[in-house]
Amino acid sequence: MSVMPVVLWTDALVFLLLTLIAAFVLYASRYEHMRAPWRRVVRSRVGVATLVVLGFYVVVGLLDTVHFRLALDPQGDDSAETRYSPEVLSLLDLALSGLRERQEKTYSAPFATHLFVKEAIEQPDGTLVRDFPRLEYGGAHLEDPARQRGFDIAWRAAWGALQGLVIWALLATGILWLIARSRGETSAATRAAILAGRTPIPWRIALAMLGIMLVLSAVAGELALAYHILGTDKVGEDVFYQTLKSIRTGLLIGTLTTLVMLPAAVLLGIMAGYFRGWVDDLIQYLYTTLNSIPGVLLIAAAILLLQVYMSNHADDFASLVERADLRLLFLVLILGVTSWTGLCRLLRGEALKLREVDYVQASTALGVGHFTLIGRHILPNVMHIVLITLVLDFSGLVLAEAVLSYINIGVDPTMNSWGNMINSARLELARDPVVWWSLAAAFVFMFALVLAANLFADVVRDAFDPRLKGAR
Amino acid sequence: MTAYIIRRLIYAIPILIGVNLITFVLFFVVNAPDDMARMHLGEKRVTEEAIQTWKQEHGYDRPLLYNPDASGLGRFTETIFFEKSIRLFVFDFGSSDNGRDIGYDISRRMWPSLAIAVPVLLVGLAFNISYALFIVFFRATYLDIGSVVLLVAMMSISGLFYIIGGQFLLGKLFHLVPISGYDTGIEAWKFLILPVIVGVIGGIGAGTRWYRTLFLEEISKDYVRTARAKGLGERRVLFRHVLQNALIPILTGVVVVLPLLFMGSLITESFFGIPGLGSYTIDAINSQDFAIVRSMVFLGAVLYILGLILTDISYTLVDPRVRLQP
Repeated sequence: MSVMPVVLWTDALVFLLLTLIAAFVLYASRYEHMRAPWRRVVRSRVGVATLVVLGFYVVVGLLDTVHFRLALDPQGDDSAETRYSPEVLSLLDLALSGLRERQEKTYSAPFATHLFVKEAIEQPDGTLVRDFPRLEYGGAHLEDPARQRGFDIAWRAAWGALQGLVIWALLATGILWLIARSRGETSAATRAAILAGRTPIPWRIALAMLGIMLVLSAVAGELALAYHILGTDKVGEDVFYQTLKSIRTGLLIGTLTTLVMLPAAVLLGIMAGYFRGWVDDLIQYLYTTLNSIPGVLLIAAAILLLQVYMSNHADDFASLVERADLRLLFLVLILGVTSWTGLCRLLRGEALKLREVDYVQASTALGVGHFTLIGRHILPNVMHIVLITLVLDFSGLVLAEAVLSYINIGVDPTMNSWGNMINSARLELARDPVVWWSLAAAFVFMFALVLAANLFADVVRDAFDPRLKGAR
Repeated sequence: MTAYIIRRLIYAIPILIGVNLITFVLFFVVNAPDDMARMHLGEKRVTEEAIQTWKQEHGYDRPLLYNPDASGLGRFTETIFFEKSIRLFVFDFGSSDNGRDIGYDISRRMWPSLAIAVPVLLVGLAFNISYALFIVFFRATYLDIGSVVLLVAMMSISGLFYIIGGQFLLGKLFHLVPISGYDTGIEAWKFLILPVIVGVIGGIGAGTRWYRTLFLEEISKDYVRTARAKGLGERRVLFRHVLQNALIPILTGVVVVLPLLFMGSLITESFFGIPGLGSYTIDAINSQDFAIVRSMVFLGAVLYILGLILTDISYTLVDPRVRLQP
C-alpha cells in the first residue's frame, strides 16, 4: 500500500526539536562538566521513574506526529496516478484504527455493553420497547452480557497482563545483558546487584516502573479490543482514543512554546546584559511592555484575530487538520511571546554577572570580538538556565492549554486535547446520571503527565543548580 | 521618595504607549475595520453600505494614524488611533461594540471581582504560611516528605478540576451551596463561599511549597544559628526570627499582585457565574467585542505597572536597608 507523507507545520517543528536535542546530546557528551549533571539525574530514583513515564508519553506523541495519507483503492479504471484519501492519518491512528472506527451512537459508560440512553427498540414481533440498546461494538461478542461480562473482562485483563509481562521480561533480559556487558560481569551477578539496588543507576526502580507501565498498556490494549474501556462521548467516539490523541497536543504545547521563544529570549537577554547602555534600556523596555499586557488577554486578542483571518480566508486551508494545525502553531507562537520575558530577564542578570568575570575581561583585553566572546564564553555558561527553564515551564504550559481551551482561545475545537475534553465534560456533569468518564480520563492522563514532569523538573533543577536544592 | 515615585510614573508613560501601540496594531492594522464590521454583521452577503454604517456608528470610519483631510492638529486627533487609544490614558474607555459605556460597566463589575479575590488572597496567605511553618517545624521527617509529595501532586492538578470537583461535591452532591450565580448586597455570601474555598485549595500546592522554600532558606542563615546558640527553643526561633525575616519576600510578593486583584479571575468567575471583570472579559472575548478587550488590556497594563511601583515602595517600608535612588 503506497502512502503519501504529510508534514504539518508542527510536525516539522517537532523534527527540528528532535534534531536539536540530538545535536545537544552529541555536544554535551563530549564534555565531562556537561555529562555530570545528567549523570546526577539518571542516578536519582525519582529521575529514572519519571523518565520512564515521560518516555511512554513521548512515544505516543511521536507516533502521532508521523502523518500521511493512505492511497485509495483503485476504482476499477487503470489510470496511472494513484489517488490519496483526503484524510490525514498518523501512525497512532493506524495502530488504534480499531478504536477510531468503532463508533457508537452516543454516550456509553466504560466497559458498558449497552448504550447510556434509552431508545425505542423494535422487538421481533413488531412491538416497540423503550430500553437501553446493545452497543454496536462494545462487548458485542458476548451472548449474555449480564452473566458473562465480569468473567470476560477478568480473563482479558489477565491475558493482557501476561502479554505485558512477557514483553517486559524480554526487554528486561535485553537490558540486563547490556548492563552486564558494560559492567564486565556475569548476568547473574548483575541481576543480583540490580535486585539489591546496588547499581549506580537505580535500575531496579527503572525496570519496575517499565514493568508497571508495560502491563498497564497491555491490559488496556487487550481490553480495548473488545470494550470501550473509558466509555464513549456524545457522538459515540471512544474516549480512550481521544485521550491518547490529546497527548500529542499537550506535549507539543509544552515543548514547542519554549522552543519558539528560545532564540529571542537568549539573544535579547544576553545582549541586554552584555552590552548594557541603550541596548539594555531598549530590551528592558520591550519586555516590560510585553509583560504588562495581561497574558491571557494578549492570547485572546491574537486568537480572535486568527479566527477573523481564517473565516475571511477560508479557502486557503486544504483540510480541517491543516487548519487546526495552523491554529496550534499560532497558539504556540503567541504563548511563546507571552512567556519569553521571564527567561530573558534571568539571562540578562546572568550576562551582567558574567561580563565582569576575569576570563571574560581577559578575552576583551585580548581583543576578542563581541560575538565570538558571547558564543565562546557567555552562551555555554547560561545553558543550564535555559535548560532548567525549558523543563520547569513544561508542566505549566500543559496546564495552560486546558484553561485556554476552556475559554475557547486554545487549540481548535476539532482537535483532540485535554482542554477540549474538559470543556465538553462540563455539561455532561449536569446530566443525571452523571457522565463522568470523559472528565476522569482527561484528569488521569493529564495528572500523570504533569506530575511526572513536575517531579522530573525538580530532579533536573537540583542536578544543574545544586545551590537551589529543595527550593522553589 | 516622592521624587522617585514621580519618576517611576513618568517612566510608565512610554510603556503604556507601547502597550497601546501593540493592541492598536493587533486590532486595527492586522484586522481592518472592514473585517470587523463584516464579522459583526454576519460573515457573507454584507452590503458595502451596511459596512459603512456600522463603521460610522462605532467610530471606525476614520483613517488609522494620519488624517490628510483634517487641518492642523486634527490631522492626528481625528484618527482611529487617537480616538480609540489615546483616550484610554484619561480612563475614557468609550462605549463597547454593542453600545454600553465600558467605564460604567467596569466600575460596577469590579466589586464582585474583589469580593472573591480579596478573601482568596487573605485566607490563602494565612493557610499557606501556617502550613509551611508546620512543615518546616517538622522538617526532614516523614511529615515533611509526605507533605511535599502532597503539594507537588496538588500542583499537578489543573485548576479546572478543582472548580469542577468543588461544584460537584459541595453543590450537586451535598447541596450545601448554590453551584453558581450571584446576588447583590449581603446575600451574596453564599454564592461567594464556594469560589473562595476552591480558589484557596487550588493555590495551596504552589503557594505552600514556595513559602516552605523561603523558610528553609532563612533557617540556614547565621542569625538563626546565633539564636539557637543563645539557647532559644525551636518554636521561638521559628516564629520570632524566621517568620519575621521571611515576611519581607512574602509581603513584596503579595504587593505585586494587589492591583491585579481588580481584574478578577477569568476562569473562576465564568464558572461560577459571578458578574465580575473576569467574566466581563470572557464574555467580550466570546462575543468578539474588541472595544472591551482593548480596554481591559490597557487597564491590566496600568495595574501591573502600579504593582511594580508599589513593590519598590513596600521594599523601603519593610526593609530599611533598601534605599530608593531619587
